Amino acid sequence: MGEAIVITSGKGGVGKTTTTANLGTALALLEKKVCLIDTDIGLRNLDVVMGLENRIIYDIVDVVKKRCKLNQALIKDKRFECLYLLPAAQTSDKSEVTPEGMEEIISELKQDYDYILIDCPAGIEQGYKNAVAGADKAIVVTTPEKSSVRDADRIIGLLEQEDVDPPHLIVNRIRNHMVKNGDMLDVDEIVQILSVELLGIVADDDEVIKASNHGEPVAFQPNTRASIAYRNIARRILGESVPLLSLEDEKGMFSRVKKFFGMKS
Amino acid sequence: MKFIFWGEPIVIGNKQLITIKGTRDGLTLYIDDSCSFDEVLQELEQVLSTKYTDKNDPLITVTVQLGNRYLHKNQEEELKEIIRKKNKLVVQSIESNVITKEQALKWKEESDIKVINKIVRSGQVFEVKGDLLLIGDVNPGGKIMASGNIFVLGSLRGVAHAGFYGNRESVIVASYMQPSQLRIADMISRSPDYESDGVYMECGLIDEEKSKIVIDRLQVLSQKRPDLNGFERRILNG
Repeated sequence: MGEAIVITSGKGGVGKTTTTANLGTALALLEKKVCLIDTDIGLRNLDVVMGLENRIIYDIVDVVKKRCKLNQALIKDKRFECLYLLPAAQTSDKSEVTPEGMEEIISELKQDYDYILIDCPAGIEQGYKNAVAGADKAIVVTTPEKSSVRDADRIIGLLEQEDVDPPHLIVNRIRNHMVKNGDMLDVDEIVQILSVELLGIVADDDEVIKASNHGEPVAFQPNTRASIAYRNIARRILGESVPLLSLEDEKGMFSRVKKFFGMKS
Repeated sequence: MKFIFWGEPIVIGNKQLITIKGTRDGLTLYIDDSCSFDEVLQELEQVLSTKYTDKNDPLITVTVQLGNRYLHKNQEEELKEIIRKKNKLVVQSIESNVITKEQALKWKEESDIKVINKIVRSGQVFEVKGDLLLIGDVNPGGKIMASGNIFVLGSLRGVAHAGFYGNRESVIVASYMQPSQLRIADMISRSPDYESDGVYMECGLIDEEKSKIVIDRLQVLSQKRPDLNGFERRILNG
């Protein structure tokens, strides 16, 4: 019996879809059987980020409306045998999917998959309610900006009323130099305000955007900072305890020696 | 100037039903609580008609002490009507030692302290009657309201409204005070436009001289709001 995790944020553009794609990839790298569900009907993106857009035949609305079997709508990933995507519809209306319909799909998927990651649309209306309906757990993504933390707080409040475990937090797109200058909220501050458990932090990395545009999630790359961060988060989802990645730049021997002598690095 | 003999006993059938006492603030009528209400009315009519005052005298305020007698609203009106008929007499208050269960429960609710254990997040509003003791934070965008005082054992970063029925004596106390707004009764103060750190262990209260909400160390409360002590005390003081 698998586990359904909804990835949500309230605010748009903080990296829900990127996070979903990368955590899915990272879990698949760890040889788990994973299904990604895009619930952002009308504005589907997850298929693009995964590079699977050209393979879509049926979508989630077709499944809910019983125009096809669930298995027919699932798309197998290019790279992994154990990673699947259930794409959102691009042309239908949000109201075509109901929370009951979602619950049905997810309980069916739970039979076959270890993890079901649900990419939630921005906002707190129908789309959000659909996405949360079948979930057992929730991951809230935020960036170190006040507005995004505010929305995350709102979403956490709403999730507390749902039948899900207390949500976990991912702080995305941290720019270390701005945090240092005090121009950006630091992670401790965010965790203190939201008072939920921190699942991981992801630094702002150009590679993420490059990889998305190539339809290949960054987690697939061996050693960029963001990919390591996503893979660490995946390991934490599996229950391993992995220390948080340092945001500091790798420093050469020389600067370390200077630091040792108490000189400014 | 005619003389009125304050405290003069009115005896009917060897039993004194109404005692009138004069004080600096006016008259106090003590009404026996073991006779019937009709007797009281009769008696009152009689007692007050024997007394009269000069046209030029100032208005006299009357306080009625009912003892252990309970009066309905219309009975109170009857009583007031009789007193009001007399020139120069104004009923200031009718006091009784007894209240109905309903009133008592309402009273208890309004002076009770409610303990709430949760985080009030953005978009959430939490409202109680009486005092609020919140064990948790109020996040930015969250709001707590109480008809009495507010005590936050945690960080207050959102909006807090104390005394929302108009009690200007209410206070807001927080372990960490960084509110976006403080409201007490009908007054509002907001946080400054520049970035500011919060303060620890402080309270917000209305400064009547400056007629605005001030934030001060919570130690000043013992001087400025001595009535804050305890529930029983507030019951006794009403």
